Amino acid sequence: MTAASAPALAISGLSKSFAGVKAIRDLSFTVPRGVTTALIGPNGAGKTTVFNLVSGVYGVDAGRIEVHGADVTRMPSRKRISTGVARSFQNIRLMPHLSVLENLLVGQHVRASSLADLVTPYRLFPNHRWKREARAALEESGLGRWADETVSALPYGVRKRIDLVRATLAGASLLMLDEPAAGLNPSETNALRDHLKALMAKGVTLLVVEHDMHFVESICENVVVLNFGEKIAEGPLSRVRQEKLVREAYIGTDEEA
Amino acid sequence: MSGYLTGVLVVLAFNVIAAYAVYLPLAAGQLNLGIAGFMAIGAYAAAFLTNEYMWPMWAAIPVGAALAGLVGILIGIPVLRTHGIYLAMATFALGQVIAAVFLNLEVVGGAAGYPVTDYAGPYVVYAAAAGVVVLMLLISRTRFALCLTAVKSDATVADLLGVSVRGVKVAAFALGAAVAGFGGALYAHHYSFVEAQHFNVLLSVFTVLYVLFGGTQTVWGPLVGAAFFTLVPELLRASDQWRYALFAVFIIVFMAVRPQGLVTASLFRLFRRKAEAA
Repeated sequence: MTAASAPALAISGLSKSFAGVKAIRDLSFTVPRGVTTALIGPNGAGKTTVFNLVSGVYGVDAGRIEVHGADVTRMPSRKRISTGVARSFQNIRLMPHLSVLENLLVGQHVRASSLADLVTPYRLFPNHRWKREARAALEESGLGRWADETVSALPYGVRKRIDLVRATLAGASLLMLDEPAAGLNPSETNALRDHLKALMAKGVTLLVVEHDMHFVESICENVVVLNFGEKIAEGPLSRVRQEKLVREAYIGTDEEA
Repeated sequence: MSGYLTGVLVVLAFNVIAAYAVYLPLAAGQLNLGIAGFMAIGAYAAAFLTNEYMWPMWAAIPVGAALAGLVGILIGIPVLRTHGIYLAMATFALGQVIAAVFLNLEVVGGAAGYPVTDYAGPYVVYAAAAGVVVLMLLISRTRFALCLTAVKSDATVADLLGVSVRGVKVAAFALGAAVAGFGGALYAHHYSFVEAQHFNVLLSVFTVLYVLFGGTQTVWGPLVGAAFFTLVPELLRASDQWRYALFAVFIIVFMAVRPQGLVTASLFRLFRRKAEAA
């Protein structure tokens, strides 16, 4: 399969245990290019573990992971960004002491990591192309005024979106978001949704872990439901939420109830 | 310039160079407690080349620095697998081992010390220290420095963004070792004498203290820290002994209240904002 026709993400037979506890069992699903997909399930279902396996934070026990047709299963985590896969964390992981602009410059690393790039004293040039590019990306998302602020001083919703800009600058074409809407107020949630829709319009494929079903409904075409590390349902949210297994996973079986 | 002042400024220059040797790996979150060992490598290597092969010191000193850097790479690769307190212990032991090796190496005089035939005057030392500071300022303006901060701040995220965390750590450790070797080589040629006992634990620990006091967030921290710890005790020298105790109390209180050090990134932003407002 060529990279152009390959799905953004293809997972097959994926398994992972931690100290004998099976966190992911024989999991297979695909995220077609351009189809915003939600990964949902009760707490502890293994959603974040899937992100950690795809991004390479953990190694897999068994199975295969392909990003845009490239097998990344055994690829070192730091090389995976070059296949276009990027992720966010549940707690935003920006560098708190650095300015917004500097955080974005770290995001550019994958495209500017030759020895010459590393030793260029770019900060001596007020209008260096890297800074211009980062500022332009911020302006485009309506965040331009925060460029020189220290990250730790910014509102939560703004930080979440700066995380997205950083991933964009890293060239992300498959973006995995871990609870993007958690902790946001309604207006921040709307801003985030607009931001994500702009990314989708640019051709970025999103895989979203999210508990807020209204949010999922508003951006996701497809849903994959996990429970105890296994896929129990897959399809459009309206259909999936009718399925017996899904209802049981969320509200318990009839016997328990 | 009086001999006394010259002497103090020379010590300041050496302390500044040593501080930057500690700063580079620390900027990536790696505490090297064996910096004196790398100074010893540079000092003995350069002195040996000057004495035995009649090398001019302008060639011997950079080679001494390079050799210390090379040892930094070779040792850094295994040692940097450890983290935190274990890395501190490993580098601490390393510094001790290197000094002990030179203490027993008869070809460079062993415990009797090793006189050096060539001499670097005070202005050479000042210029060398200024050169190191300028080099560090330049480095701090690069992506490499940004990678150091990223690795220190969040190694997982830096890795996922494509930064070679191990590569950055080893590079910072080896560059720091090379700077230490440079300072050691220069030291040997200024004082015309090397002895292994000089490169002891206290030298490593004091140098780390300069850097922590000055602050590791910006490139100015080590300079400020080294200057503070060199000059203030000199000012106290003429006074009563009890003022030294006061100095010690001040350091303890300061580090408790401001663990991030004297010079921080937010301090710079504050000044810049005030300058813009004015």
